Amino acid sequence: MNLTLKIWRQKNNKEKGKMVTYKVQDISDDMSFLEMMDVLNEELLKKGEEPVAFDHDCREGICGMCSMYINGHPHGPERTTTCQLHMRSFKDGDTITIEPWRAKGFPVVKDLVVDRSAFDRIIQAGGFVSVNTGVSVDANEIPIAKDVASEAMDAATCIGCGACVAACKNASAMLFVSAKISHLGLLPQGKTEKNRRVQRMIAQMDAEEFGACTNTGACAAECPKSISLVNIARMNREYFAAKVASEA
Amino acid sequence: MNWVVKTLTSTLGRKLIMALTGAFLSLFLVVHLIGNLQLLKDDGGMAFNIYADFMGHNPLIQTVSILNFTFIILHIITSVILTRLNNKARPVSYAYDGKSSAWSSRNMGILGTVILIFLVVHLSNFWGKSKLTTFEAGSYVPYVTYGEATMQNLYDVVAISFQEWWLVALYVVSMIGLAFHLSHGFISMFQTLGLNHSKYNFVIKIVGYEFAILVPAMFAAIPVFMFLNLQGGLLYLFAGIGVLALVVGAMVSNGHKQQLAV
Repeated sequence: MNLTLKIWRQKNNKEKGKMVTYKVQDISDDMSFLEMMDVLNEELLKKGEEPVAFDHDCREGICGMCSMYINGHPHGPERTTTCQLHMRSFKDGDTITIEPWRAKGFPVVKDLVVDRSAFDRIIQAGGFVSVNTGVSVDANEIPIAKDVASEAMDAATCIGCGACVAACKNASAMLFVSAKISHLGLLPQGKTEKNRRVQRMIAQMDAEEFGACTNTGACAAECPKSISLVNIARMNREYFAAKVASEA
Repeated sequence: MNWVVKTLTSTLGRKLIMALTGAFLSLFLVVHLIGNLQLLKDDGGMAFNIYADFMGHNPLIQTVSILNFTFIILHIITSVILTRLNNKARPVSYAYDGKSSAWSSRNMGILGTVILIFLVVHLSNFWGKSKLTTFEAGSYVPYVTYGEATMQNLYDVVAISFQEWWLVALYVVSMIGLAFHLSHGFISMFQTLGLNHSKYNFVIKIVGYEFAILVPAMFAAIPVFMFLNLQGGLLYLFAGIGVLALVVGAMVSNGHKQQLAV
């Protein structure tokens, strides 16, 4: 199939960017979206032009590195990561608009690449369990109820790609932060530090200037890992409880 | 800064202020509605006037009304601060924005502005006339005597106002705005307070939508009924509202079932 691509080009963080139109020919249905981008970049290289910079790593839908805002949706029209999006989701002659994640907390590095280290700093603020790991313990030594384990695992599927921030009209990071708070706070190893964790992570989230939640639900609707709004409600509960009752 | 101020000025704290003031204002709507439905009683306005006189002079009610005004202002100020912060969080907007949420949830500010404009008109029409003018100084509000008691005849003020078709139309349009505002706000309040649980979500959803549609519908019915001279039409109103409640209930539970099937 033949496609028209409108892609955000921006040299670096300092310079202004703009949308540039490209044409690609003979794209196969079976290609992934990133392979289609590779085809475009090869052609640009042949012509002596600067290829389009975009983030990618595992190309298996598990690392959270790819980050394109395609036709008005993070990771495009299917509910998956950009690397797992295939060209069969588009038709011959389509125009595809590709933009970087737009958020104050995610400054553009180049073209479609944004700096997501704000998420790392939020994790560094409290998204961990501070116990000495030592040797691995026997399985089932710490009993965890199945439903609790499932809830924690559901939250733990968050790959930190930032689609929630990209989808939210307020560029709010609450789905990401709440997934981490739930995943750690539900399990016995992480419970001990949950008051400190929720307060520190939210303070860092605010310091990174992500917006506030207005419960539109766009984040959960777009999340490639189907993280639920239940996590945001849990984060709200834990935050207010920690603020009211904790010593620290 | 102590911890209370810190908490209430965080992104989550500001959400909490929106939710708690919103909860109070929703409760106010119920009380205000029950009182005002007496306008449709076919007694020449006696029940309504006695009720309005009681509400206007009872010290407890007066204190609550100050709280009510405070919360309206707090709700507005917090929403303005939040909107400004949220806009700052996305300095460059998308060229192509796909929108994956309900229109009302994204436009609470527009809906809120409709309600604010309505409040200004509504308050200057009734509350302002009752409180800020006196009969002696050429008040708009006449007096009426029931037995021993003389009081303002607010019923007359309302009845005369609702002879104007454009004012009735403004009320109906504003109540539609309120319905959309509540359709997001009421349910959203529970999520902000951390109440999101598979056992209770259906109840929250159904109560939320019933509240968001029935309360504004009954409010809108008052000027419409008075314009059409359907005093004593309370029975018709309740019958209509009952049917509406069933329709809303059926639609919400159908939508809920389809959502579960996905």
